[in-house]
Amino acid sequence: MKEYKTVFGSLTNFTKGGVEVINDSPQNYVFSNIFDVASRAKPWEKVAVAKNMEYVIEAIRAEGVSQWRIASHDEFALVMDGQVTIELLDPDSVTADVARTGSMALDGEPSGKKMGTIVARRGHMSLLPANRCYRISASDPSVILLQTIQGPDTVERWASICQTR
Amino acid sequence: MTTEKVRVNGESEPNEHGYRSYSLGEFTFKRDEHFAHIDWPTGHHVMAVEPFLKALMRDIAWNFFYGTVNFDSVIGTVNHYGNVDLFAGRFNEDYRKAEIDHLENFPHDEIKATFEAMLGDWVNESFDPFAAPQETGSAYGDKDGNNYEAVTRSRVTAKRMVGLPDDEPLRSDESGYAVNRMFADVDQSEPEVSVEPGYENEVSAFSLFKYLSRSDVTWNPSVVSVCKDSLYCPTTEEFILPIIHGNDRVEWFLQLSDEIVWEVADRETGRPRANVVMKAGDCAAMPADIRHQGFSSKRSMLLVWENNSSELPGMIARGEALNVPVKF
Repeated sequence: MKEYKTVFGSLTNFTKGGVEVINDSPQNYVFSNIFDVASRAKPWEKVAVAKNMEYVIEAIRAEGVSQWRIASHDEFALVMDGQVTIELLDPDSVTADVARTGSMALDGEPSGKKMGTIVARRGHMSLLPANRCYRISASDPSVILLQTIQGPDTVERWASICQTR
Repeated sequence: MTTEKVRVNGESEPNEHGYRSYSLGEFTFKRDEHFAHIDWPTGHHVMAVEPFLKALMRDIAWNFFYGTVNFDSVIGTVNHYGNVDLFAGRFNEDYRKAEIDHLENFPHDEIKATFEAMLGDWVNESFDPFAAPQETGSAYGDKDGNNYEAVTRSRVTAKRMVGLPDDEPLRSDESGYAVNRMFADVDQSEPEVSVEPGYENEVSAFSLFKYLSRSDVTWNPSVVSVCKDSLYCPTTEEFILPIIHGNDRVEWFLQLSDEIVWEVADRETGRPRANVVMKAGDCAAMPADIRHQGFSSKRSMLLVWENNSSELPGMIARGEALNVPVKF
């Protein structure tokens, strides 16, 4: 049987396509590449690469250990490169602010009951459940694509990440 | 669900090729060995039956989807979420100038029942309109059985996330989903999940790439994760998107693997606006006022991201939301 090679991207090996304009502006397509974005981001920076009203998809460079975070809604983390470990905690006293969207960072280590851990590699999707605390670690630089809602820590810098001409 | 027993209003007895004809309002649909013939009071149109059936399959499976499903540059539907326009030439500048375009609105259930009956009758045993060209038989020829199993596949719509208890199941050899020939090199390992007792409904992860490598359909976005109205709808793509999708809201594409080329045109006129070449890791918005069609040489993984809010089409029409997701 003929062998096919499936091409995935990574932090160290990606090739960007692009918008070939006929009668339009390239800005209308908000075109970027998540590996390009993550390669230029600080660890755990939540850079929006897609936005639809209040909803966003964030590209996150996972490197080292993140802060503990909590959101009042579900989030979903898809590993696009590398390997991460996700710790989940059922908090005793910390609660998510239902009036806020997106996740918020917590100071220090929250107390609570351990729910479990997930070790996820490229292509693995994990639920970050609403009203639970999570912390992510990565020994080597990795890339997470996060399905969430825009929050105070969402970084928007479209002009510097997107094709403009 | 199409079954052998379904009969709908406007359905004829079989013609000399064995196929029934259908009418919807003043539209009529007939097929022969090679073509679908569509007639309306001011005009008529012919499509090769294979692309017609592939487009019809998506329109039904997606429940008329978001916005416009153009079967080609002439025929298509517009979803108004409860009722549906069937049109000829409505989004074709020259048909409109010539005043031979035609549009009728139908209750959702009526047009869906007729389309399902047509698909059930017109798809022969050896043809699967969801399959890639090299993975199915021919759509052409006189009537030769049916393929109800293929044309009544349900679209996966996870309630929270695929793989959770009481949600959509994972795919495996045992459940009838073999790895596709073009994804034979995709890692099949699952994440390592350690769950404390009582948290089985919350501590969950799965391999999306394994899941997609086992998809038995092409160009069929299915919901795998839900964050309120934010829906992840990944899909595997090979050959040509059988419809030209006209947006009624912003839609996003994230290329998970390989490459797709999108031809983008004006939604109303069909005039070309751009080509978008997407490689692994690329991320692009499709504005709310365009139509687009994709081309994928090798089977690829595409994450289609939708905002399911029913408010959006009205907000865009009233100018309360932009046709593009951000201005910068």
